[in-house]
This record gives sequence, C-alpha cells and structure tokens, in this order.
Amino acid sequence: MKRYWNIFYNGIIPSNPVFVLLLGMCATLGTTSSAYNGLMMGIATAAVLICSNVVISLIKSLVPDKVRIPAFIVIIASFVTILQLAVNAWLPALNASLGIFIPLIVVNCILLGRAEAFASKNSLFASFLDGAGCGIGFTFALVLLGGTREILGTGKIFGLTIFPEDYGMLLFVLAPGAFLALGYLIAIVNKIRKTC
Amino acid sequence: MKKLASTLPNMILSLGIITIASGALLGWVYSITKEPIALQAAAQQQAAIAEVAPAFDNNPEADKWETEINGVPFTVYPAYDDGKLVGAAVKGSSMNGFAGEITVMCGFEADGTVKDYRVLQQAETPGLGTKMEPWFRDPAGARSVIGKNPASTSFFVTKDSGGEIDGITAATISSRAFLETMRNAYEAYRNYEKNKSN
Repeated sequence: MKRYWNIFYNGIIPSNPVFVLLLGMCATLGTTSSAYNGLMMGIATAAVLICSNVVISLIKSLVPDKVRIPAFIVIIASFVTILQLAVNAWLPALNASLGIFIPLIVVNCILLGRAEAFASKNSLFASFLDGAGCGIGFTFALVLLGGTREILGTGKIFGLTIFPEDYGMLLFVLAPGAFLALGYLIAIVNKIRKTC
Repeated sequence: MKKLASTLPNMILSLGIITIASGALLGWVYSITKEPIALQAAAQQQAAIAEVAPAFDNNPEADKWETEINGVPFTVYPAYDDGKLVGAAVKGSSMNGFAGEITVMCGFEADGTVKDYRVLQQAETPGLGTKMEPWFRDPAGARSVIGKNPASTSFFVTKDSGGEIDGITAATISSRAFLETMRNAYEAYRNYEKNKSN
C-alpha cells in the first residue's frame, strides 16, 4: 500500500514534471497566460498521460525493444487526436482558448518520459497511479504558474478581479513574463522542498 | 510474459498491429464526432448572423452572396424584412494579424452603419490581441466601432494618420487587422447592394 502511495505521490511533489524534472516546458510556458487555461491544459495532459500509461503498460511485453519509441508515440498521438476531436465536438469554448496547444501534447516530454521510464516496466495499476500522480503534479504546476501570471499581469484570478487591471504588469501575460514567473516559482518550490 | 525479441518479423508485426488498431480507433472516433463538429460550426455561424444583423424574416444563409475584396473571400448574408433590404451580416477575414487568420462576422444596417460584430476565429496573443471582442464595443474613448459608419468615420487606428478608432493597447497589429476586415466587409456589403440594384 505504502509503495503505491509513493508511486502516486512521487509525481506530485518529489519529481513534479514542471518544477523538478523541467519537462514539457513548451506547453507550460505557452498555455499559462491565465489560471483557467493552465487548469484546462493540465487536465487534458493528465487524461492523455493516464490513458497512454495504462495502454503502454498493458502491451509492454508485445512491443520489441527496438521499436518501442515509435510504438509509444503512435499510442500517445492517437489519444491526443481523440482528445482533440472530442474537445472540438463537445467543448468548443475550450478549443478556442487552448487551440494549437492540444495537438502539441503529443510532443510533451512527460508523456514519452513516463511511458519509457515507468509504464514500459511496471504493472497496470502502478502505471495508472504514476500517470495520475504526474498528471496532477503537472496540472498543479500549470495552475500555480497560470495564476501567478494572471494575478501579476491583469489583477485577476480565474477571472475574478483582485485589483484593477490598469495596475497589472502586462509583461507577465507575455512570453518573457512566463520565463520570469517560472524561474522564481521553481526557486521557491525547491526551497520549500529542501526545508521540509 | 517474456518480452518479444527484436527480430524483423516481430517488429513489423508489432508496429503494424499497433498502427492498425490506432487507425481503426481514430476512424471510429472521427465518425462519431464528425456530426457534432459540423453542427457546432453551423450553429455558431447561424447564431453569429442572427446576433449581428438587423432583425430579418428571410434565410440569410440561403441568400448568401460571395465576393472577393483584395483577393480575400467575403460572404454577404443579406437581411431582408418584408422584402426590403435592412442590412447584412458579412463574414470576412484578414491574414495581417499578429498570429494567423482573423475571421469576423460584421453586421451592418441598410446604410452601412456597423450594428454589431462577432470575432469567429483568431489566434492573437492571449490577454492582448484576444481582447478585440470586448474592446471594439467598449464605449470608452473612441474604441467602439458600433454605431459608426465606415463611409463617414475613418476605420483606421488613431496611431495611423487620419484614423478615428482607438486600437487595443499593446496590440496595434491585431487592431489594424480587425479594422481592415471591417473596412473590407463594408465594401463587400456595398458591392452586394450595387450588384443587386443592377
């Protein structure tokens, strides 16, 4: 039981995909202009991560080692395309706000990284937990970064006004602000991780 | 279960099965999402026409008229009430935005006054250019285009000489592209009027 909890918890804080492993930076920096966008991107990535981890764990003994990377990529890409079609069909508003970043989930290193490092070597249930943990860790990081940028840039959080928009630092909504905010958040998270 | 050895037949078989299964799954998902996606697009378009055009009793989509302004296709959806032309919704786009295509549904009264607009598609910078939907209807300063007629008001940003519309702060390129679409849509509407009276 303890082992399973550790697998799940590992992806959330000790090896958080964004703050500790620094994987998937493209999507992280690109979609976190607001807390809501970060949350939605996190959920979308987590869904694909759980599905791909489970399927890859299921077929791991049927995939010869030399072709495992293309096989994993095909599986991940299929889930991303399914997600994109589903979002297009039933959540058009989400499609409008995330746009190009949904297909880009395919090249998010976390997915292939977890498939290669974990799902291809572990049991179905452990892989599911690993996917869920990393997905939650990724979502948590994106919401934190998106929220920080939104509040500094526009004075809002999840669209709720905290202070008037005129006092916001526009820089944080733009790309350079994403790098700045991410750098400071990594520093803070690592400081907290070391002290406790 | 022991892992399959990396022999050529094994690799071909394994990858082949995975790609065929993925392909079949994708085909199935595509077939069930195709209809909702098409419905969404059609509903969005219909709603946009109804929102921006003056009240009408015809079917603007059946009466649509296609034209080209500076090489860009524009579609006029004329609004008739009691057989009289009361205005139109004009769908058009611009490639001169900051990122990708901007598509706008512009609504005009019979005399060409802007009644309303809907941004149907854009990929501008989040938080800046994406503000075009609320910005150009904001009554503050000279931001709003609503109630203005491109014949008497210059639909250029105030930064450019002679412009009479305030562009979005820090998103002048997006603003220019939006106003360009409005100007061209107005021209498309005028062309439709001329074409009809001939």
